[in-house]
Amino acid sequence: MKQPCLTIAMAGALLVSGAATAERGRDGHLGVIYWQAPSILNPYLSGGTKDIEAASMVLEPLARFDEAGNLVPWLAASTPTVANGGVSADLKTVTWTLREGLLWSDGSPVTAADVVFTAEYCLDPAGGCSQLAKFDDVTAVEATDDLTVEVTFGIPKPYPYGPFVGATSPILQKAQFADCVGAKAPECTEANFKPVGTGPFRVTEFRPNDVISLEANPRYRDPAKPAFATVTFKGGGDAAAAARAVLETGEFDYAWNLQLAPDVLEDMQAAGKGAVVSSFGTLVERLVVNLTDPSPDLGDARSTRAHPHPFLSDPAVRKALSMAIDRNLLVEIGYGRAGRPTCNVVPAPAIYASDANEDCLARDIDGAKRLLDEAGWRPGPDGIRQKDGIRLSILYQTSANAVRQDFQALVKQWWSEIGVETELRNIDASVFFGGDPGSPDTYQKFFADIQMYANNFEGADPEPYLGGWRCGNEPRPASQWQGENVPRYCDEDYDRLLGRMAKTGDLGERAALARAMNDMLVRDHALIPLVHRGRVSAHARSLGGVLLNTWDSEIWNIADWRRIR
Amino acid sequence: MPVYTVRRILVAVPTLLLISLILFLLLDLAPGDPTAQLPLTIPPDVKERIRQSLGLGEPIHVRYLLWLQQFFVNEPLHLLSGLTGLDLAGDRARVISWQTRSPVVDIVVERLPQTLWVVGLSYVIGILIAVPVGIVSACRQYSWFDQLGTFASMVGFSVPTFFSGVLLIVVFSVELGWFPSIYDTTHKVTDWNGFLVQVRQMAMPVTVLALYNAAQISRFMRASMLDNLKLDYVRTAWAKGLPERTVVLAHVLRNSAGPAVTVIALGVPGVFAGAIITEQVFKVNGLGQLLIVSIQASDIPTVQTLTFIFAVLIVLFNLIADLLYGVLDPRIRYD
Amino acid sequence: MIEAAPPGSSRGRDVWLRFRRHKGALLGGGFFVFVLCFVAVGPALWTVDPQFIDIQARNSGMSAAHPLGADQLGRDMLARLMAGGRASVAVGVAAMLLSLLIGSLIGVLAGFFRWIDGPLMRLTDLFLALPLLPLLLVVILLFRDTLRTAVGPETGVFVLVVGVIGATSWMQTARVVRGEVLTVKEREFVLAARSIGAPAHRIVRRHILPNVLSPIVVSATLGIANAIITESALSFLGLGFPSDFATWGRLLFDATDYLQRYPSRVLWPGLAISLTVLSVNYMGDGLRDALDPRTRGR
Repeated sequence: MKQPCLTIAMAGALLVSGAATAERGRDGHLGVIYWQAPSILNPYLSGGTKDIEAASMVLEPLARFDEAGNLVPWLAASTPTVANGGVSADLKTVTWTLREGLLWSDGSPVTAADVVFTAEYCLDPAGGCSQLAKFDDVTAVEATDDLTVEVTFGIPKPYPYGPFVGATSPILQKAQFADCVGAKAPECTEANFKPVGTGPFRVTEFRPNDVISLEANPRYRDPAKPAFATVTFKGGGDAAAAARAVLETGEFDYAWNLQLAPDVLEDMQAAGKGAVVSSFGTLVERLVVNLTDPSPDLGDARSTRAHPHPFLSDPAVRKALSMAIDRNLLVEIGYGRAGRPTCNVVPAPAIYASDANEDCLARDIDGAKRLLDEAGWRPGPDGIRQKDGIRLSILYQTSANAVRQDFQALVKQWWSEIGVETELRNIDASVFFGGDPGSPDTYQKFFADIQMYANNFEGADPEPYLGGWRCGNEPRPASQWQGENVPRYCDEDYDRLLGRMAKTGDLGERAALARAMNDMLVRDHALIPLVHRGRVSAHARSLGGVLLNTWDSEIWNIADWRRIR
Repeated sequence: MPVYTVRRILVAVPTLLLISLILFLLLDLAPGDPTAQLPLTIPPDVKERIRQSLGLGEPIHVRYLLWLQQFFVNEPLHLLSGLTGLDLAGDRARVISWQTRSPVVDIVVERLPQTLWVVGLSYVIGILIAVPVGIVSACRQYSWFDQLGTFASMVGFSVPTFFSGVLLIVVFSVELGWFPSIYDTTHKVTDWNGFLVQVRQMAMPVTVLALYNAAQISRFMRASMLDNLKLDYVRTAWAKGLPERTVVLAHVLRNSAGPAVTVIALGVPGVFAGAIITEQVFKVNGLGQLLIVSIQASDIPTVQTLTFIFAVLIVLFNLIADLLYGVLDPRIRYD
Repeated sequence: MIEAAPPGSSRGRDVWLRFRRHKGALLGGGFFVFVLCFVAVGPALWTVDPQFIDIQARNSGMSAAHPLGADQLGRDMLARLMAGGRASVAVGVAAMLLSLLIGSLIGVLAGFFRWIDGPLMRLTDLFLALPLLPLLLVVILLFRDTLRTAVGPETGVFVLVVGVIGATSWMQTARVVRGEVLTVKEREFVLAARSIGAPAHRIVRRHILPNVLSPIVVSATLGIANAIITESALSFLGLGFPSDFATWGRLLFDATDYLQRYPSRVLWPGLAISLTVLSVNYMGDGLRDALDPRTRGR
């Protein structure tokens, strides 16, 4: 089996590139399996992780994050900073310079006009661009010469690496997408399925929501890469099946995002065909506490700041709920190596991660009971604590998945030990995370007392993420239930810190501010962080060069992957 | 009978229109959201703009009429243009999926082969197993064959495919390594080896589905054979000394095929609907997987188009079943 | 249906006597009674809380404390099997009866009265065409909170699940029954009954229904299995019972990932479902033979 493959690969490599690049395609075929199948290869028309990561084999940004979360220049010659003059002193202008000699996979040169076009494409109001937030406050994108682009912001941007940075904001070819702007964007099926790119591979066949076939890009900038001549990128099924295909049957070389019980994964790894790798980004599984009253009797004022929650507005209750949880056990059961207990909502990068809240890691049932006793919550005849006729009875909802169900069951039991009653509810993810204002079950409406889900921030700057919890940003009827401040938290001091962060350029000071805000949120227990979740993937033992990256596309360095013999 | 057929077809048109309206209302009322699968890092106002760009800002009757026009006028025109090479359709908008931003009908056509191969073949095999098993079980009621058949079909029906599929994969892919656990939809059969590869990758999903189908159909077959075996005309035939083969195959089978025919006809649209769970388990990615993925993503144009195509097939095959009833049993009068 | 007959009536006793002679039916009936006892009386004897987490015992095998072992959180499998059976058997039987009732009613009406055949069969077409998942989401959106306040969370979900499964699985029964009715109503004895002026309801009850019993019984056995499995799919989608509420289908689904390491965890719920369905099937066979007018009195 190996020999014919190799021969075909060699022949293919010789065909595409001739003698000078004889090394390209030397390792034959690569199989990648994602249990969610990509629907489209244009990241601006789909924000889904599966689509963005699939597209990252073909389309590339000016700069991206490496596996440690550092910004590295990619299509740009260098990363612009204030120090090297690439970012203006008033923090309003960024100048990017492209590498010289870059070619699209169709042979035409990559120019600054393509970069400018990419911005126009996304900023068109009729296009419904998913990555619009990357272009926040951009007032102009201009090409000053063939290789230089100037991005101007309306306000000073201490962190200007939104546009053209990371897998979510790659450069599109102007020639291919020129007729696809705005309302016409969805009509360009051919362009959306087979974008012309600068990346190591190009698409030969795209079957939406099923499989992508790719081959090495003959005009990739490094003549020795990629090592693989062809790639099959299969989608569909479930995480267990994807893990099995790599770890147990060896049909595929790489499987993405294997959210499985740790012992199941370890058993599969024991088959010896592959290795499980994990890496941590900023994803935190958390409980969100509803600080407002979700009672159905309130009608339109349900879960709005007009009515504080009958008992969760008491800080002692929130703290006791957090103290009763054994985060170490949650990690052990649900995530294994792919999780770490955490007490922070900003767990990384290192400079932003606070170390002031570690006391939550130890479970303290007695302390929680004492706290509730002191606050006047006494066990009633049924063992459930109450005060002034209010019982500590919680509706706890989350989106349906196996690990979250186990978490719900465990947390319910721990809370019952401190005299709190819990009713569990599961909601289908497409409803829970959907924004349908007609549905009562969205996480934004939050018609429950506690809910659990995971969230993270993109790239390495937490400012927009922390900005979500400012006063006035809570979902409410007037905002069509849109807004990121799901716990309905409001603290003037918090907002003041946010204001300062928006004006601060110095990295050390920004980090200190971010840590302070994180500490406010978790000490008030508006959010109860549980687990810092990593990404878990698996690769065949014969596949080398995998550097799992949670800050960017997971397969960001697929050009460097190779077969180990 | 021809009058009846024509009348049924005429009634089918308004029926299908009504079904399409009810489907549309149902999908609109369902609390899903096409932006639900996007990461939470995409802010709500951007999601709102995405919804607007999908046309969700329009009132429901406008969206419904638009779909009607796209499906009943524009799609056939595009099909005609494709067949004749003439440009009849111009730049008329087709039914576009919200997930892939490509024409839904193209995706359906792309996926039809693997669904027909796997689900269709398993259906045929299921019938081929079920009919003889049902007949023999009935003729030899409570024999060891009947008991075994009953046991096997009840287990086959009551063990869900999400379990039996995984069990087969663990045994035959992981332990024995005989069959691939992932179906390759890009595989093209060009030679004998290619055909063997295709057979190997179809073996497990087809087995799982065939067992499930056979279990169901054989039960109806057996029950209705048993009913007929007790009737007077059968006793008469026995009494006349006709051989068993003639009695069973010429008399009883024809008269007891009714329920099985109904169940089989009801199942044919299901073949096109694919087998959602089995397709997921074996990564066949046919129409069943397309439907479930689209429902999860609240891709209304795709779900509406797919379910409507199924509705057409359901109406069609129910008509066929009714006509077959008339053929099998001339006593039935529709007119 | 046996219970429905008054004990003193000769017809009821006749049916019961004939049912008793059917070995398979007795065996099936006996096992079904055993299942009922297991799920109804069992929890009173084995008093472990099926939701209680004994974290030390997780993934443990058979032991005195946990006769069937414990699951990945340390919940007692025996207790969960009993509690799960309670929900599964209740849902299975109730949903099957509902679907049978709707299906037979529509099938008989459509087959017997020609004027209503068209509309009823078009309604069947419509229900066949409805995609289950969006339908469920809508039903839950509309009725969950109303039912929750009216009858409490768990009963509310039970009514919802039974209603939804029943309302979406009757079409096959209806089509098959209608087809049989169309044939039967042209038979001599029906024509005879009609010619002596018997009212329609009596013809249906005395002559049609007993003769279309076979497909109804088959539908019933298949319906129970279908309901138990559909319920497990529902609760995984977050549409059924709360996640810590055990059902057989649910136990089987959750254990599928652990198939290789803890095979016993899939064995018990899988066996429970299959054997229950099998026992209902044999009971159905016996019942059909007992009620069959053609073989009675022979």
